[in-house]
Amino acid sequence: MLKDNYRIYLSNIRSLYQKDPTLSILLFSFLLIVLWLLIFFPGKVLTLGNFQSMAFQLPELGILSLAIMITMISGGINLSTIATANMAGIVSAFVMTRIIADTTSGSTIPLIVLAILAGWLVSLLIGLINGILIAHIGVSPILATLGTMTLFEGISIVLTKGYVISGFPEEYQFLGNGVFIGIPIPFIIFLVLAFFVSIILRKTPFGIANYLIGSNETATRFSGVNIKKILITTYAVSGLFCGIASTIMTSRFNSAKTGYGSSYLLITILISVMGGVDPSGGFGQISGIVLALFILQMISSAFNFLSISSHLTIAIWGVLLLLTIGLRNIQRRSL
Amino acid sequence: MKNIVRKYEFYLFIIIVTLVVFFAVFSDNFLNLENFMDILISSSFIGIMAAGMLVVLISGGIDLSVTAIATVSQYIMAITIIDYNGNLFSAFIVAGIIGILLGTFNAFLIYYLKAPALIITIATLNLFYGATIFITKGKWIYNFPEWFNQSHNLFSFTSADGIHRYSGISLPVVILILVFILTYIILKYTVLGRKIFAMGGNAEAARRAGFNMLGLTIFVYCYIGFLSGIGSVGQVLILHSVQPNAIVGRELEVIAATVLGGASLAGGAGSVFGTALGVALLAIVWNGLVIMGVSSYWHNVIIGLIIIFSVSINAYKRKKTLRGY
Repeated sequence: MLKDNYRIYLSNIRSLYQKDPTLSILLFSFLLIVLWLLIFFPGKVLTLGNFQSMAFQLPELGILSLAIMITMISGGINLSTIATANMAGIVSAFVMTRIIADTTSGSTIPLIVLAILAGWLVSLLIGLINGILIAHIGVSPILATLGTMTLFEGISIVLTKGYVISGFPEEYQFLGNGVFIGIPIPFIIFLVLAFFVSIILRKTPFGIANYLIGSNETATRFSGVNIKKILITTYAVSGLFCGIASTIMTSRFNSAKTGYGSSYLLITILISVMGGVDPSGGFGQISGIVLALFILQMISSAFNFLSISSHLTIAIWGVLLLLTIGLRNIQRRSL
Repeated sequence: MKNIVRKYEFYLFIIIVTLVVFFAVFSDNFLNLENFMDILISSSFIGIMAAGMLVVLISGGIDLSVTAIATVSQYIMAITIIDYNGNLFSAFIVAGIIGILLGTFNAFLIYYLKAPALIITIATLNLFYGATIFITKGKWIYNFPEWFNQSHNLFSFTSADGIHRYSGISLPVVILILVFILTYIILKYTVLGRKIFAMGGNAEAARRAGFNMLGLTIFVYCYIGFLSGIGSVGQVLILHSVQPNAIVGRELEVIAATVLGGASLAGGAGSVFGTALGVALLAIVWNGLVIMGVSSYWHNVIIGLIIIFSVSINAYKRKKTLRGY
């Protein structure tokens, strides 16, 4: 009797693996890491307080991963995500510190909204520039976004002269640090965006065309899809997401600066690839990204706990990215 | 004549001449021998790596880890020179070997993991750099032996009035020129070079034609690794110090220079002459702006604009020729 149950259980696992190998491997590694944390750091890493701080740190990485993920699905990449986010944050910061400082009377909320919208508009524009360069002029996504990355990083430096802009109104800081029925607000924003992207990718013609372009651009063109429009939308959305991530980032730090999040590019690529996005395009889904995000966040909390140096952490992320790609190759060959 | 005018390099050359005239008119300090030597010396490091990047881009790949490889080889070279003395030749040998080893590592990963070279080299960039800074704790190294610090000038001369001493021929510049000649010969006159072009033009066709793809990949990434190792020694000879943050991040300049010189990320296109002009254009723009008193905050803005502008022109041109068929 017990043996039969066991057999059914095993075959259930096998069918789950065959149905979605990437997701089941991620789920397995997720459980493995939870187990590792429970055994080696009992009651230290997996605590309620730590969970809440994870829920504050995770969203900006998550949203930036979404931004890079949708471009990778279309067979490209957006290397300008961090530069876009910093640029948007700096524009918002300028609006808030330069204009709000003058209007001491009355509510600051309209100006905060204005500041956020200004930042988002800038990020959307950078995304549009990327999209136009890639779709209309035909520049390779790597070079186009490398160019805009350098350009907007430069403009941010020129605007701030490398200094930190800080001192935002309290209402703005609430966005990144506030809690709504026990859940951190950034986390709610991330969940809403992740849900939104997963619906768009799977249910709308735009999302499906995005996958198609990633797997075979020529075939997609000849089947009558307006590739230029789709690609411009993809990069514009990617840019806008960087802007949203920057709102969370700047309100959490209560400051904006050119060099923030310099290690995020590697980490977001790692999250995307780990979550099952094919770097050559055509594959990837949100559930994988969310799982990979949690896995990385837990590992990095453990590293924090062990006080491992940030440089060693970067090196480990590099190795992890290579390992992920290697394992995926083995897994594909075995199928 | 018609052929020359039609070439991309010709337009690049015209732009450079225009810029030189522009800077010479607006500044008295631009057009003289000393400044010319300064430009050559300061662009030698980027130029040496750009020659390697050209070969990688022609083969259809990309290598973002060049600057990390240069940092690793610099550190190991500095430690061997200071601890075991040795001579200049051994410094280059050590750095070159480290470069080749790390290049081989890249090549194997790119060949066997079958993932885009961009993703692999972003991973190795962070791996090499993070590990180096972790192990060395990011220390600056100054205490080179005196003979080492003195060896970058091969030849110096004094001006007619006997006041100014110009550094005449600098070793990094000589290396830069040798590297460009070597790369030109490899690409133009060897079977290997033609195979690299074929590989970048159509990898699948090259594989079916029986090319040893693993061997070619290893050569290409070892070549850029070797050059960044050699170039990094030149950099130390100029600066007299090893700084952990001085190099990583400048891979963008290397890519900018090669792409500006007409190389394409699609592979199969690019020339040594174009790359040399690309390196020269970047160096002249930067030097001219500094001399005219433009703040260094504008550095990235200008490099970014140059990248966007030149890749757009290249892409537009490619589109037009494709339409012609």
